[in-house]
Amino acid sequence: MGETRKISLTVNGKSYEEEVEVRFHLADFLRQKLGLTGTHLGCEHGVCGACTILMNGKSVRSCLMLAVQADGQELTTIEGIAPSEDEMHPLQEAFRDNHGLQCGFCTPGMLTTLLEFLEDNPDPSEEEVRIAISGNLCRCTGYQGIVAAALDAAQRLRDAKGV
Amino acid sequence: MSGWKVFGSLEKRLEDPSLLRGVGRFLDDIQVSGMLHAAFVRSPHSHARILHIDSNSALTIEGVRAVYTLDDLRPYLNNKRLVVGLPSPSYKQELDRPALADKEVVYVGEPIAIVVAESRYLAEDAAAIVNIEYEILPAVSDCRLAVEKSSILAHTQSPHNILAQFDMRYGEVESTFDNASYIFKENIWQHRGGSHSIECRGAVSFYEPTEDLVTLYSSTQSAHTAKNILIDMLGFDENKVRVIIPDVGGGFGPKLVFYQEDVSVVLAAMILGKPVKWVEDRREHFISTTQERDQFWEVEIAVDGEGQILGLRGSMVHDHGAYTARGINLAFNSALIVSLPYKVPCYFLEVLLAVTNKVPVTPVRGAGHPQGIFVMERLLDRVARELGIDRAEIRRKNLIKSDQMPFKKELETRGGSPVILDSGDYLSCMEQALEKVGYRDFSVRKEKALKEGKYVGLGFANYVKGTGRGPFETVKVKVGTSGKILVYSGAAAMGQSTRTMLSQIVADFLGGDVENINVITGDSSAVPIGIGGSASRQTVTAGSSALLAAKEVRNKLLKVAATLLEVSEEDLEINGRQINVKGVNEIKMDIGEVAHAVAGTPGYALPPGFEPGMESTKNFIVDDLTFVNGTVAVEV
Ligand code: FES
Ligand code: FES
Repeated sequence: MGETRKISLTVNGKSYEEEVEVRFHLADFLRQKLGLTGTHLGCEHGVCGACTILMNGKSVRSCLMLAVQADGQELTTIEGIAPSEDEMHPLQEAFRDNHGLQCGFCTPGMLTTLLEFLEDNPDPSEEEVRIAISGNLCRCTGYQGIVAAALDAAQRLRDAKGV
Repeated sequence: MSGWKVFGSLEKRLEDPSLLRGVGRFLDDIQVSGMLHAAFVRSPHSHARILHIDSNSALTIEGVRAVYTLDDLRPYLNNKRLVVGLPSPSYKQELDRPALADKEVVYVGEPIAIVVAESRYLAEDAAAIVNIEYEILPAVSDCRLAVEKSSILAHTQSPHNILAQFDMRYGEVESTFDNASYIFKENIWQHRGGSHSIECRGAVSFYEPTEDLVTLYSSTQSAHTAKNILIDMLGFDENKVRVIIPDVGGGFGPKLVFYQEDVSVVLAAMILGKPVKWVEDRREHFISTTQERDQFWEVEIAVDGEGQILGLRGSMVHDHGAYTARGINLAFNSALIVSLPYKVPCYFLEVLLAVTNKVPVTPVRGAGHPQGIFVMERLLDRVARELGIDRAEIRRKNLIKSDQMPFKKELETRGGSPVILDSGDYLSCMEQALEKVGYRDFSVRKEKALKEGKYVGLGFANYVKGTGRGPFETVKVKVGTSGKILVYSGAAAMGQSTRTMLSQIVADFLGGDVENINVITGDSSAVPIGIGGSASRQTVTAGSSALLAAKEVRNKLLKVAATLLEVSEEDLEINGRQINVKGVNEIKMDIGEVAHAVAGTPGYALPPGFEPGMESTKNFIVDDLTFVNGTVAVEV
């Protein structure tokens, strides 16, 4: 084992303090050390977007960050999106209703990316959605369902806010 | 049957909740206590002789447990090669992959050694310093050159680079071409590509001494194929190997293949007595997962002055890559499909499969079919241009019309069954696609775009493709004494809603509640034989078996319940988990209780006239393919 360092961070509202090897990347840390395997690795090169998580509300590629860089930060992963055990987030519901996933491997990155995007842009056009997910690769769906899900989710979120 | 109908109605996918919450279980999510991690040392050369492998310094890294080459695995191997080729009389040589490279590497990425360590990080550190001395040999990368007599050999031990040779022919080709008004020739070079499922490949294996059982979790499209190859390679008994497929993040063909890494991981786990995991990274996927598609076609089309097709002839060289990882099916599919949507009175194609120093080639999304379609459509565009006929018009003239069906092509599938296009309206399909893409006023858009300095193009293609490949997929439907309905199948799920599909079909006969159905796919211990996910086959084969099995279980459930409730079977219905007399909710039984009645109690008789167990296993058998059609149109 190489050099290690102690980090503390919050993931999905839960605090963790862990000793971690300095060369461990953040995705490996989340998956292997914290057992949060919902974040997926498709390339480890920053290309596919599957590993996208939110750090302080902003999307980052957890394969391109070292775990030690997340020290003191607040992270959200796919496991933290649903409000409760029996309720899903409107974005998750919209994915289910619009065939926004097949194998589900790209899904964690799609959800986190769109979560941030819809926060910034609650009423996007189709083109804006396509640009927003242009850094997330999906090999199954052909994207149509994902775009439809994003637009549907935007509508649901606006309805919930009464705008 | 009751009012509900689950199959054919819009159901939410049963797979989605766990995937959307991030609690699916993909290969890399599997953690077994004491698990070690593997990395592979791969060839950096497309062709070289291995002179010496030195793993001493790699083994000095703390936490590194082993470095194994083929020599280390050999004592455990009953057969050191992965024998996987689909049968065909056209082979000229056998080129099965060795478990790890055997003295000579023949493509960049070929695995040479497996390194096992306490973490993947350490395994990669060690793999990087395994020192291999090579004698670099000349390589052949162009399939056209590979088939020439004077070519460099892709394998030094092979007599030549021709893997297989066959042709397809019908009709009077020579005389047709001799007398044709027009003949147009095209050379078409189709390039290579990868599959790139977002989840790469991977394997986890462990050996349980208490059960004397080797388990392999694999991100594969066929558990039973993997199991059979392992049995062959390890010389194990059938009941000593189990292959399980977890959630799979896309298959697309290459995961149908059994790989060197799979068997190496199994052997490393056996030798070390520890669970071993290997997960392919994207770089490895680029160089070691099977690929598809380089083909070189030289083809001629003969037409009359009106653009009516008279015949098609030519040759094709298919790049097979360095080894046989599947068979000749890609080249066969390409050759078979070329003419399918159209009336082509005569056809001749000579096909050569070339061995090259490239990654082995196997099905990727379409298994050779798109290549054949591309060729036909390019030829038709050429004819249209040469004769000044509209591209759509030339296709209208030549498409097989619905009133000409069933239309028998003078061709046979690889299994020898006839190619009969039984139904379809190819013409109206194409017209609808052209309507949707705005073909009629494309020229207006094109001109307008050109004024703005933009080039736009519009292309379209018609295809007819065989689907539902047989011969079968076993399904067992069982009502447990718990009242849960269990559906077991050799089918494999890679994202195409297999669980939802099977649940819907079964639910129609057994109570209508998909939530009460557990589907067990992708587990070699679930049913004795299975084929797996490929060629758009599972709904046709597994779905039909599920339907037959569910029907039989339903009949038995009703019969047993009728005996127990002392009512007539016709008066009963199944709603959710409950069997009751229609309209009379008081006279009822849980399906679990009914199953219990035939589950057997020692010393007590079964209800008279019944065989034990509330289950049925069915194999819907199909040899013919179903030919589907479509039109693809795009403006860019
Ligand atoms: S795994 Fe991080 S971008 Fe692909
Ligand atoms: S759903 Fe499979 S990669 Fe997107």
